Amino acid sequence: MFAEIFSILYQFADVFAFLILSAAGLAIIFGMMGVINMAHGELIMCGAYVTVGLVHGGFPLPLAQLCGTLSAGVIGVVIELVLVRKLYKRPLDSLLATWGLSLVVTQGMLIIFGSSLAGIGTPEGSFSVGPYTFSTYRLVLFGGAIAALALIYFIFMRTRFGIHARATMQNAAIAQALGVKVGNIYALSFGIGAALAGFCGALYAPTMTLIPTMGATFIVESFVTVVVGGANVLLGTAPAGVLLAAVRTLLNASQGQIVGQIGMLLAVIVIIRLLPEGISGLLARRSR
Amino acid sequence: MRLLRALNGPQTLGNGRAFWISFGVVVTLALAYPLASDAYTVGNIAYMLLWVFMALGLSLMWGYGGILSFGQTFFFGVAGYAYGVMAIDFGGGGTTLVALVLAIALAAVAAVVLGYFMIWGGVGGVFFGIVTLSATLVLAFFFGQTAGPEWHIGPARLNGFNGMKDMESLNIPWGSESNFTFEGVSLYYLVVGLLLAVYLGLRALVNSRFGNVVVAIREDPQRAELLGYDIRKYQLVVFVVGSALAGLSGVLYTSWGQFITPASIGLPAAAMPIVWVAFSGRGDITATLVGSFLILLVFQTLTVYSQQAALVLMGAMLLVTVLVAPQGFVIGVVRLLARLWRRGRGGPPGANSAIDADGQGARA
Repeated sequence: MFAEIFSILYQFADVFAFLILSAAGLAIIFGMMGVINMAHGELIMCGAYVTVGLVHGGFPLPLAQLCGTLSAGVIGVVIELVLVRKLYKRPLDSLLATWGLSLVVTQGMLIIFGSSLAGIGTPEGSFSVGPYTFSTYRLVLFGGAIAALALIYFIFMRTRFGIHARATMQNAAIAQALGVKVGNIYALSFGIGAALAGFCGALYAPTMTLIPTMGATFIVESFVTVVVGGANVLLGTAPAGVLLAAVRTLLNASQGQIVGQIGMLLAVIVIIRLLPEGISGLLARRSR
Repeated sequence: MRLLRALNGPQTLGNGRAFWISFGVVVTLALAYPLASDAYTVGNIAYMLLWVFMALGLSLMWGYGGILSFGQTFFFGVAGYAYGVMAIDFGGGGTTLVALVLAIALAAVAAVVLGYFMIWGGVGGVFFGIVTLSATLVLAFFFGQTAGPEWHIGPARLNGFNGMKDMESLNIPWGSESNFTFEGVSLYYLVVGLLLAVYLGLRALVNSRFGNVVVAIREDPQRAELLGYDIRKYQLVVFVVGSALAGLSGVLYTSWGQFITPASIGLPAAAMPIVWVAFSGRGDITATLVGSFLILLVFQTLTVYSQQAALVLMGAMLLVTVLVAPQGFVIGVVRLLARLWRRGRGGPPGANSAIDADGQGARA
């Protein structure tokens, strides 16, 4: 009995980690500036490629993953400075521009690197509970998701940058009038969001086939988590992850993967009918 | 004259005599074109034209209604697969025409359901885009995993990534023995005829009272609501019409090539209508029609050399359009020419504007 319960919890943790890791970066950028970064999947791909490239070059995996995360973050800052900054007044246009960028990057990578890169294999290690065997690395992924949430909480609630960022989120004009350098806050937030995307790619790199279009694997999950979570990453993303992971785990276990994904999407469509501002909109209204 | 009055109005560019004369010339040339070319090339042109319906639908939703849907290939796929299944299961002859109608109806029903949840939920702007895109990607993923023999509807196998194939093209009973199949030149005339009907129909729609309300909702949803319009109904109708046009493209595509694959639903296919319409100018259906056709014409040549390079260029076009000419290049060029023309004749500038001067009109 315990083994069955653990097995369900393990699958839940796996789905939860996937949702949170793929959505966290997108949620920060959306919450901060109302921009949906369509190149999010490509930043994930960047994190994965850098990680795998460095491991092939002899780096230990954790260090390579750190480099993958940071490289995506740096690229994110550049994207903000060059592209997104010009489009703040036009959120739909920034979505289109980043989609254009995403097309250029995916197809450009296909031309440069070919259709796939040699993988590095999931780190060994497993443990068993009762009759079942589980991969240890999946628990590392869950730990990574929790760490990402903790880091977001720490950055936005416990640092000076976080106070400025939340002020900007609430009212950019007033924050600016009070001396917050809003431009820098935006660039840094975009960088943090991009780094979290890179972190996702770096963590999943050992478990996946590396193809330039791998970002698309994460994109549906990241979109629906952000839609359900709403505009406030601190309030909405984790509950959205829990809710959707619960739906998905139950359906996966009883009906299989494809029904799990379709069911999750249908759940999202029903949720937006009931909560158009997402979970964080609901919580914010409650607390007011 | 009364007919022209219904087709002309403030919501379309090109209302003057010069426009309708050149329109007549273009239609005549299009009808005469098969006489001057071979059947293969004509069939090819028909193939490019069949995508334009999807672009016109997006222009209606996005440019006129302010609803940015990334789900055109969703409805393309729903109708395409539905046509395929029905054409295989029911056999040929007149039933393919029934399949055409039912497939588009199915796409429209799907649009009603999806649109109801999103529009009545009050989802707008960027969320509308990413929810429709999520639905599209999940549909592509679903069809992608239907490779096994258990995935069939009647005798029609869905066939996973390889797609459905070998359904009959659109055909009608002809004489006592054989059926008349739309392919090559006859398909071309069918597509041109449909395109003409859809184009003129959309012009009449956007210039009607209904169209003016839709544009008013795009400009300021709250104001329109306060004036007593139930904006959700208008938005839903626009979404359903636009999506049904994507369904028409899907059916014609499936009939043209006698196959349909999940790749025509997922990425990067889902981005293509957005690129065509953004580049052409979403605010006007004539600009969308002309621009989309030209892009398709140019890109078919490019794709032969390198599909990836063509897609890189598509992405770059979207990027440049957004940064340089947010209202679209074809509209931009037309505006510029019109302004020069009027300045030459001393008329008032900008009297014929479908979008406000800053090009922000189509944004909700």
